[in-house]
Amino acid sequence: MPLTMSLNNILRLVLLPALLWALPLHADPHQDQTELRQYYRHLFPQLTLADYRNGVYAIDAVARESWQAIEEFPPYEPAIDQGEVLFNSPFANGKHYADCFPDPGIAHHYPQWNTAQGEVLTLPVAINACRIANWELPLAYPHNDLLNLQAFIAYRSRGKPIDTTVPENDPRALAAYQQGKAFYYQRRGQLNFACATCHIQNAGKKIRSETLSALLGHTANWPVYRLKWGELGSLHRRFAECLEQIRAQPLPEQSVELRNLEYFLSFMGQGIPVTGPSVRK
Amino acid sequence: MNRLVLLLFLLTACSITQERLDQGKRIAFERNKGNCLACHAIADGESPGTIGPALNAVANRFQDQQQLRAFIFDARQFNPETSMPPFGKNRILSDAELDWLVDYLWSLP
Ligand code: HEC
Ligand code: HEC
Repeated sequence: MPLTMSLNNILRLVLLPALLWALPLHADPHQDQTELRQYYRHLFPQLTLADYRNGVYAIDAVARESWQAIEEFPPYEPAIDQGEVLFNSPFANGKHYADCFPDPGIAHHYPQWNTAQGEVLTLPVAINACRIANWELPLAYPHNDLLNLQAFIAYRSRGKPIDTTVPENDPRALAAYQQGKAFYYQRRGQLNFACATCHIQNAGKKIRSETLSALLGHTANWPVYRLKWGELGSLHRRFAECLEQIRAQPLPEQSVELRNLEYFLSFMGQGIPVTGPSVRK
Repeated sequence: MNRLVLLLFLLTACSITQERLDQGKRIAFERNKGNCLACHAIADGESPGTIGPALNAVANRFQDQQQLRAFIFDARQFNPETSMPPFGKNRILSDAELDWLVDYLWSLP
């Protein structure tokens, strides 16, 4: 053992495992949600639940300032406009996306549990399902049209609280949720990190010059125009990047694993208002 | 006898050349090597992270260099919930790189 042990280390050793790492495997999702929120309230007492929609900018005042400056001329604006044009363009059969989604402000309903298919339905998959129902080819993941459509749909959903639920009458929904949660806590990659290592255990701390955001709100702000990408990208692309950073196997966008992961995150963030599209460093 | 101890001391002292210390520092700072700065403040390293404690006077915190090396090799042996990657165990760093790193850290005031 190192000879000295700071108070911080003692806290890490004793308190955190009790709070987080020893979550009972079959805890009920609502219990997970309550415990996690308690943990973050303790870490960031100044934040309201809604504040988490802005990710790291809710907790890093310096980063927030430059972000607000960029938000004054948001680089995602053209995507919203192009998404609206796509949304209103007829399919070959004369129908429109509006025949599937009469009100485009639906981003807060996704991801949702689809009982008929027995799997997690994300917004991009729902958009493609609408295309298929109208004899159009589905779009690839990722595809610019999909991102633009999502940008328009998210924009029309701004302020609406995420309403993802885990229906109690379908054990497959609970299983998908549990898989997403297990993925989040599973250490992986050459660097042996779990998502939870960075976004729960060390939330608010700095990894080099980057502050680590909390998990809450991680599904609220998509799609994102990332300055690093120089373009709009999806939540699943961001997952892939975090996986690469820890030298783990990246997974394809909209794979079952990543949809289940999104399901877990979204349920943890239930009630947080949609704020997509957004801009991130 | 005393002379022998002195001789041994000098031999070890000489083997830790400035070059080794520089190599160790490079391993600690470079992003695609140890990237220890991601989590620890170390000497004059720029924009360090705050996940781990500042690494000064490291020699006071461990019984010997062997123990420090074991910590960097796999910190999970000391704290199963650690955020620190197992640099030796997962072959993020080679044996030689670990040795340079230990010499460098041991030299920090
Ligand atoms: C080694 C640290 C680390 C690990 C492990 C990690 N991330 Fe991240 N993640 C970051 C950093 C740094 C950022 C950028 C700053 C921020 O928003 O937290 C980030 C950003 C994100 C974002 C974007 C948040 C936003 O507001 O736009 C999501 C979503 C995310 N991570 C999910 C994950 C998931 C899922 C995993 C596990 C597969 C994971 N992260 C693992 C460091 C990490
Ligand atoms: C992702 C974070 C992270 C990285 C990268 C990291 N460490 Fe650590 N390190 C920690 C944490 C956290 C601790 C505190 C003890 C614990 O939790 O295990 C620690 C503790 C230590 C200690 C013991 C200090 C003490 O007083 O207990 C040493 C020595 C150390 N690290 C060296 C290194 C070296 C050398 C590297 C790079 C090769 C490195 N660390 C990279 C997170 C990290």
